Amino acid sequence: MSGSDDANASDADPDHPADAPDAESARRPGEDTPNRGMAGARPEERPQPAGRRNSHGVRVDPEVEAAEAERTAAVSALVENEPGVLSRVSGLFSRRQFNIESLTVGPTTVDGHSRITLVVEETDSGIDQAKKQLKKLTPVIAVGELRDDAVRAELVLLKVRGEEPDKVHAITEMYEGQTLDAGPRTITAQITGDQGKIDDAIDAFRQFGIIEIARTGQTALERGDSPTTPGEEPGHSATGADETETETAAEKTGEYDD
Amino acid sequence: MSESTNPLADDEETDATDRGGTDARERETDATPEAGPDADDGEPERPDTWTPTTGAESVIAALEGADVTRAFGVQGGAIMPIYDALYHSSITHLTMAHEQGAAHAADAYGVVAGDPGVCLATSGPGATNLVTGIADASMDSDAMLALTGQVPSHMVGSDAFQETDTTGVTKPITKHNYFASDADTVGDTVGEAFALARTGRPGPTLVDLPKDVSLDDTDREPGPAEAPARSTPDPEADTAEVAAAARAIEAAERPLCLFGGGVIKGNATEEARAFAREHGIPVVTTMPGIGSFPEDDDLCLSWAGMHGTGYANMAITHTDCLIAVGTRFDDRLTGGVETFAPEAEVVHVDIDPAEISKNVHADYPVVGDAGTALEQVSAAMGESPDVESWRERCTGWRESFPMDYVVDPDEPVRPQFVVEAFDAATADDAVVTTGVGQHQMWAAQYWTFTQPRTFVSSHGLGTMGYGLPGAIGARVALDERDETDRPVVCFDGDGSFLMTIQELSVAVREHLDITVVVLNNEYIGMVRQWQDAFFEGRHMASEYDWMPEFDTMAEAFGARGFSIESYDEVSDVVEEALSYDGPSVVDARVDPQENVYPMVSSGGANGEFALTEDQL
Ligand SMILES: Cc1ncc(C[n+]2csc(CCOP(=O)(O)OP(=O)(O)O)c2C)c(N)n1
Repeated sequence: MSGSDDANASDADPDHPADAPDAESARRPGEDTPNRGMAGARPEERPQPAGRRNSHGVRVDPEVEAAEAERTAAVSALVENEPGVLSRVSGLFSRRQFNIESLTVGPTTVDGHSRITLVVEETDSGIDQAKKQLKKLTPVIAVGELRDDAVRAELVLLKVRGEEPDKVHAITEMYEGQTLDAGPRTITAQITGDQGKIDDAIDAFRQFGIIEIARTGQTALERGDSPTTPGEEPGHSATGADETETETAAEKTGEYDD
Repeated sequence: MSESTNPLADDEETDATDRGGTDARERETDATPEAGPDADDGEPERPDTWTPTTGAESVIAALEGADVTRAFGVQGGAIMPIYDALYHSSITHLTMAHEQGAAHAADAYGVVAGDPGVCLATSGPGATNLVTGIADASMDSDAMLALTGQVPSHMVGSDAFQETDTTGVTKPITKHNYFASDADTVGDTVGEAFALARTGRPGPTLVDLPKDVSLDDTDREPGPAEAPARSTPDPEADTAEVAAAARAIEAAERPLCLFGGGVIKGNATEEARAFAREHGIPVVTTMPGIGSFPEDDDLCLSWAGMHGTGYANMAITHTDCLIAVGTRFDDRLTGGVETFAPEAEVVHVDIDPAEISKNVHADYPVVGDAGTALEQVSAAMGESPDVESWRERCTGWRESFPMDYVVDPDEPVRPQFVVEAFDAATADDAVVTTGVGQHQMWAAQYWTFTQPRTFVSSHGLGTMGYGLPGAIGARVALDERDETDRPVVCFDGDGSFLMTIQELSVAVREHLDITVVVLNNEYIGMVRQWQDAFFEGRHMASEYDWMPEFDTMAEAFGARGFSIESYDEVSDVVEEALSYDGPSVVDARVDPQENVYPMVSSGGANGEFALTEDQL
């Protein structure tokens, strides 16, 4: 890039811009170059394109632009069960401002592997980002988003007042739950099921006065032969060596290969 | 600190039984620090083949096995065993004045050398002092390995002396970090961390080394440094993606290449240049992409973004097909995304799938190694797009928005003039480092970069103080490659220089040939410019009523000091400072009122860049 202005460039030896300017050869403020700043058409004098992008960087018709809707997605991550993996995952979500509704974690049948199930509420692009960022974490083996028909469950423990044990028992039965503790003052029941069922159950228990509640958050698996994360193989046969091979095969079919 | 071990592998007494823990033997008396690894002459002896016997030796064996030749750091209690194991290593260690300096030096070393830099620090304050440098490397996807000492495992969690949760603190700013738990595996861990740093999209990694793990015995030799298979991406892009991108580029009327830092990090400069030239497509770069394409080439419009050239910003605003390679679409590049390349179909080539459509939607994602993918795309293109008139438009913008400034001998020296003077006096392969602020922008704007790995700066994090330690790292990398003739020029601001000025002591002590040019405007200039533009000129905490004399100060350090106060001093000082074989500091008293233009206001439209303050 040259600092010279056209009118005076010929005066200066381009090979020696370090030469000190003297009164004659100085690059004086021309008509074009203001003493502070630069010459050129003002912003409003320049042609500006009419196109626009939305806040996600997608080109849109500015007339019909609508905010991208959020949806709820369950994302399953198969991870290496090493210290700190949970904080890596939760740290990632908080740092990147992904809305997370619940997170559950537990070991699988493969030694050293755990499954983390995350329920996120995001736009399509947000969910996509969340999955890709998760996949980048070194201890994360595979990431999959669960389909609508996936099998999902969550568990809640409800501690309610024990004044009406029969009624509490009836509601517990109604939701196919179990009574875990019953005393003169409190009764604790356990309900499992999908989120809707749990929400309904909690509503039904409110009449007794809920003292305490503990919910696990959602865990989920794909239905039938579909692996929950791409390339995931049945837990009993996984070994480090053939893991990668099966990954490619299974990724192609999207199903277990046995 | 009385703990130390004797790592002499050929010393029979250095046996498992009397090693480790607090009863470790004292170092032999002839092993004085002066004769240590910092000494230029007299490499300490060690047999060519040796086997590590402690965790610390295993760490060093892993580094040597990965062909590490250089480390930057500062000693301290918890890292002493590692340093002790370095004593006989082929790795040359450079003791820095501050750990931040060690991290920046390692970062810059890595940028220039193309191999990850290594930095070391002790636990607690040593580790936290590294943090800025690690974050900097993370933002710029620079490969770097940090090794930190940690309190002994059994004391972790007890708030022991100099205990900091280093892996916790650095989790969000590393590609991955490790807490070493075992002397038998620590070497493999370090090897993996080193390999991971440079694999795929590069980034910093860290291994936290509890002192007991370093001191413990092991008879296991670390294996070769390898990144986990999962983290090693396929360089080749999907052929369907490639074909789609090729069709889009063929059909484009106003295509534009946008080369980012990934082109340089991926060593894809040749492929990128070939691609643009073969198809006659104009090029803009990002700031980290400076040097990926020669700025003196007719196709090159220099860099786009907040302080990019008017012509680059016009081109990026009007392109209908943006071929973006190795860029993460940082907001300083895009301005408001709503108005970023608003008519362009975006082809996005990147090794990191998570960058695709993160900030700007990619119509044609191409996930792969920059060079490989560009060659694939080029091969898939049947014909080049017809871009004659578009090229003319781009050239026209170059003429309508010249990068010009006024030089008046009656006024204070313009900083741009100083930058151009140094550029003119140095060969194309000179390396420029910078601090952060106006001076950084002038260096980027007015130096004509033609080669990759010659512009070494703090881009994503914008870390004031990067310049001097960066210059040290760059110098060391060049010297190691016997490229001692290539000058290293650091453009610094007065504020930035003061942030890491202590590293000048290292440059003097190690006799490093660097030239620090302080574009001294007696202001925290970039802040002053924003205050004038957006805070009605209230110069809160941006002006000094006293400044050290940087030239005198340099002399006190043992460096050469120069000053420039008028135009007629420029050429002599430039020549003297550059020809001095050792560190020199040029205190260039430049026009305090000068501002950086063009300027796109934050979140503004690139095409509406301001050329003067009233246009903001
Ligand atoms: C470590 C750090 N602190 C604060 C800032 C904010 N900041 C950005 S530019 C700037 C001014 C830099 O002043 P100076 O180094 O003198 O350079 P000049 O702009 O005057 O060229 C400041 C304070 C920063 N980028 N980095």
